[in-house]
This record gives sequence, C-alpha cells and structure tokens, in this order.
Amino acid sequence: MRADLAIIAEWIKTGTSILDLGCGDGTLLKHLRDNQQVNGIGLEINEQDIESCINEKLNIIQSDLNEGLQAYFSDCCFDYVIMSQTLQATKNPEILIEEMLRVGQQGIVTFPNMAHWRGRLQLALGGFMPVTKSLPNHWYNTPNIHLCTVRDFEALCRERGIRILERTVVDYTHSRSTLLMRFFPNLFGEVAIYRICRADQINNPTEN
Amino acid sequence: MPNPIPEDSVGIVTPKSQHFSKPLELECGKTLSEYDIAYETYGELNANGSNAILICHALSGDQHAAGYHSSEDRKAGWWESSIGPGKPIDTHRFYVVSLNNLGGCKGSTGPNTKIPGTDKYWGPDFPIVTVKDWVNSQHRLMQELDITHWCAVIGGSLGGMQVLQWSIDFPDLIKHALVIAAAPKLSAQNIAFNEVARQAIQADPDFHNGHYLENNSIPRRGLMLARMLGHITYLSDDSMRDKFGRELREGKLSFGFDVDFQVESYLRHQGKSFVDRFDANSYLLMTKTLDYFDPASECKHDLSVAVSPSTAKFMVISFTSDWRFAPERSREIVKALLDAGKQVSYVEVKADQGHDAFLIPIPHYMNVFHGYMNNVYEDIL
Repeated sequence: MRADLAIIAEWIKTGTSILDLGCGDGTLLKHLRDNQQVNGIGLEINEQDIESCINEKLNIIQSDLNEGLQAYFSDCCFDYVIMSQTLQATKNPEILIEEMLRVGQQGIVTFPNMAHWRGRLQLALGGFMPVTKSLPNHWYNTPNIHLCTVRDFEALCRERGIRILERTVVDYTHSRSTLLMRFFPNLFGEVAIYRICRADQINNPTEN
Repeated sequence: MPNPIPEDSVGIVTPKSQHFSKPLELECGKTLSEYDIAYETYGELNANGSNAILICHALSGDQHAAGYHSSEDRKAGWWESSIGPGKPIDTHRFYVVSLNNLGGCKGSTGPNTKIPGTDKYWGPDFPIVTVKDWVNSQHRLMQELDITHWCAVIGGSLGGMQVLQWSIDFPDLIKHALVIAAAPKLSAQNIAFNEVARQAIQADPDFHNGHYLENNSIPRRGLMLARMLGHITYLSDDSMRDKFGRELREGKLSFGFDVDFQVESYLRHQGKSFVDRFDANSYLLMTKTLDYFDPASECKHDLSVAVSPSTAKFMVISFTSDWRFAPERSREIVKALLDAGKQVSYVEVKADQGHDAFLIPIPHYMNVFHGYMNNVYEDIL
C-alpha cells in the first residue's frame, strides 16, 4: 500500500465509518474493511476503478467529487472523510474541504507538497515547472490544477477555522518521516498528510 | 431463432402458468377472486433454494425475458442481452423467474382475459393494479414455486420500481436489489406523456370505451400513436440523430403528408408492430400503474423513511442520456438509501441510447452488472 495510505489506515479507528473521495481502485477501503471493520463508501469517476471496487464488493458511487458531496450526503454522516492525493486536482479545494468537514466529523487530506526541495531546485536552477515522482506531469497535461505547499495548506486552515489534529509528511521511499522531514516538513516532505476538523467542533467522538 | 442456438442463450423455453384461487386484495379496494400468472423460468433452483432471482418487467415487457419459444421464433426474449449462460444473470448459476404482471396481456389475468365465471372480457373493467399489488402477486407466485427468498430482485424502468417496492414490503425475502434506469416516482412531465398516450388510445373510434374486443375491433391508430410517442421518450436526441439524421426514405421530399424522413418510417413501424403484440387496455392500465407509483407518499414524502425497512444491498444504475428516467432520478433513490444508512452502490453509465440503454450490452454497464452478480453469487455459496 502507498505510504500515505498506510499512515491514513493507522489514524483511522476500528469500527468507524468513512467516505473516501476519489477512492481509485478501492485499496484503502478494502484494507480498512478487511482489517479494521470500517464501514466505508467510495466516490470515484473512473470507470475501470469503479469496476474494480465493485469486484471487491465495496460500496461505490460513480460521481464527480465537485458535485458528489452536495448531491448525496447529509451533515455529519461519517466519522472520517478522506481525500488522498486528489485535493490538488479538484476545481474548488476550498469548498471541498468545507464540504468534507460538513459531511464528516474529521477530514483526512493528503497532497503532494509543491515546496519539496527537489521541485524548488528544478524551478530555482532550471527555471522549469517541477516534474517529480509525486508530480509526474508537465504543466500542459497535469490534472493538478490547485497545487499547494505545507505552509499554504496550514495558512488556509488557520484562515478557515480548521483545526489540524495531526500532521505528517513522507516521501516515496520512506513510509515514515525522517528527522529532516520532521524538522523541515515543507522542504523535505514529498507528500503531506493531515487530519483536520472544524475548530468549533465539540464532543467529537472520534477525537483522540 | 439463430441456428445453432448461441451458447450464451437459454435456448428454447416453455411458457408456464400458475392459477391462484385465493383472492388477492388490491390497493384500489377491489379484490381479484381468482387469477392466473404466466411466467417462465431459466436455470435450476439449487438444493438449498438460495439461488432464485426475480426479474421484473417494464411497461411493455412480459414474462418472456430470455430465449426462444420455438425454432421459428425470430426474436429472443426482451433481456436476452443480460440473461443466459455466462451473462450477468448467469443461468448456470441462478434460477431465474420472470413473470407477466397482472393487468398485462401475455397470459396473466388482465383486460384481455375473461372475467371468471362469465364469457365477458375484463376490458376496461379490470381493476387498476399498483406496483404494490404486483409485488404481492409476485410474492404469491414465489410461495407457489417454493422459493424461500430471492438472492436478487432485478428490474429496469417500471421493473426497477417493483424492485424498490420489494425491498420495502418484503425486506427479509430479498438479499440484493438491482434498480436500473428507474425513478422513485414519475415527474409531471412523465405523467403528461402517459396522459397523451392514453388520450390517443381513448380517442380512437375503434376503442369503444374499452369494449373493443366484444366489438371485434382494435384501436390500432390510438395504440400505435401511444407507442410512437412512448418510443420517442425511450430514445435520446443524439441516438435519433445518429440513427436517422434527416435521411429521406425515397431520396427526395414528397411535398405531401406521407412519410418523407426515415425517422417517420421507423416510428410508424414501431407503432404498427406494437399493436400486434400489445393490448390497448393493458397499456392504459400500465401507464396508470406508473403514474401512481410513489412509495414516499405514505411517509410524508420522505423517501429515506420509505426505504428504511429495507435490508437488501442495493445496486442502482442509470444512463447519462436517459431523459425519461434521468440519472437525477436515480440519484434521488441513492440519496434516500444513503440517508437511511443502507448499503448501496451507484453507477452512471455513459450511453447515448436514452432510456433503452438498459437493454443494450454497453461494456461498462455489463462489467458492472457482471461484477455485481458475481458478488450476489459468492454470497449464496
């Protein structure tokens, strides 16, 4: 399993309910169902991924993320709403994060950190838009239309009254943060992983 | 019938009929003292009786869902695309029951059958039956066939509505519910189309207030018009453009009111052939059944409350170009099921064939259908 998914799985408590936005072939949903008795449902648009989810007996809704949350889900119907490596490819991340925290008690978001040193180096020295392992596309064919950094994301959270419950950064070779990553997450983290909730939320049953 | 019979067809099937002498109380307050239900079965019921599937038909469908009645039969059953060995509804795995609903015209008691103990046709006096009544009658057939539960109830369009009703009325008897190209109730536009169809039939001088059989006539023009209108709503703008465009039948305009365009010729053909296989009173009745369907109406119009008794797992499928029962209508069902905390998957298949897409083996649709039915099968093992 991808490093960020393994960490998400650790953060999620046994027997809870989750919504996985852009769940792909359902790897995380399946893992959580089989190992942590999690009752999950996925939202996905890709036909092949949907077929894979159905073959794995997962509950899946074929829908665009930008409309799906509004169309199908009432307030607070999940313990966690997860969006892994998808935020940067959505039309309106700001509204989507709000929606995640409307539908779920907590949100878990992972995204490629634009400020990783490799990308910075490519831009600073080469003068090109970074193309890295976590951002493999060129500017002209990338689905990633809303890239951000660890700092950007945290600034948005502060501005929107969103509390960060947990943060970790990893790279593609380590499924654990190294010391450098822990001290300089915005420079050494390739993928950022956040667990968030609304700051005004009280009596959060899934709160640690 | 193609010769040899394709390996994935159930082949020659024998129509069956079951007589019921226990009266059936209907929602309208009337009672059918006795009645018959025509049905077909495909595949074998397994030893522990866990592999039975019920197929519910749509407006103009019937019990003949798959296979051929004889070697001279030109066309296979209406859902040949999905029922048969190796197909999503795999008859090597499942025991499939398909019936003609009450009020239909293919052998079950309906307007074109005679009132018990008399020599008179039911005609327009056949009581209006509802989806709930149908489900009750299907339940009676289920008991006659010694089926304890359905591993799945499956239907498209009006058939999907019966599936929804099954999951509400007999939650313990159905494990999986496949609701395809359906709606939780008809919109004003849907009812309007049905009303025009009914008017077309009733305005035909050969209709004789529904007593046309006694008068040795058939309201051909009316039923044909009704079908032509209906058929337009089953196709999409795109599929009609692709199929016919503005192609002329004779290559030039006639400057008259006869058929100029291919689409006119096609619709007339569809209408005419329908008259030979369908009864006008049945058509009137079935459109009313559609209009009346609204399970949420008993629950302050909250569909999530209406579906709350269900324990089945749901698979809901819609088709992007379907404007008769558009994807939005399926989404309403999905939203209600999610609000009620049910297990549900939903797929919106890209298709340009309109409402009729549910009968067409579109690859993504078939993969999803197949995948889901594999799960149904694994559940019974």
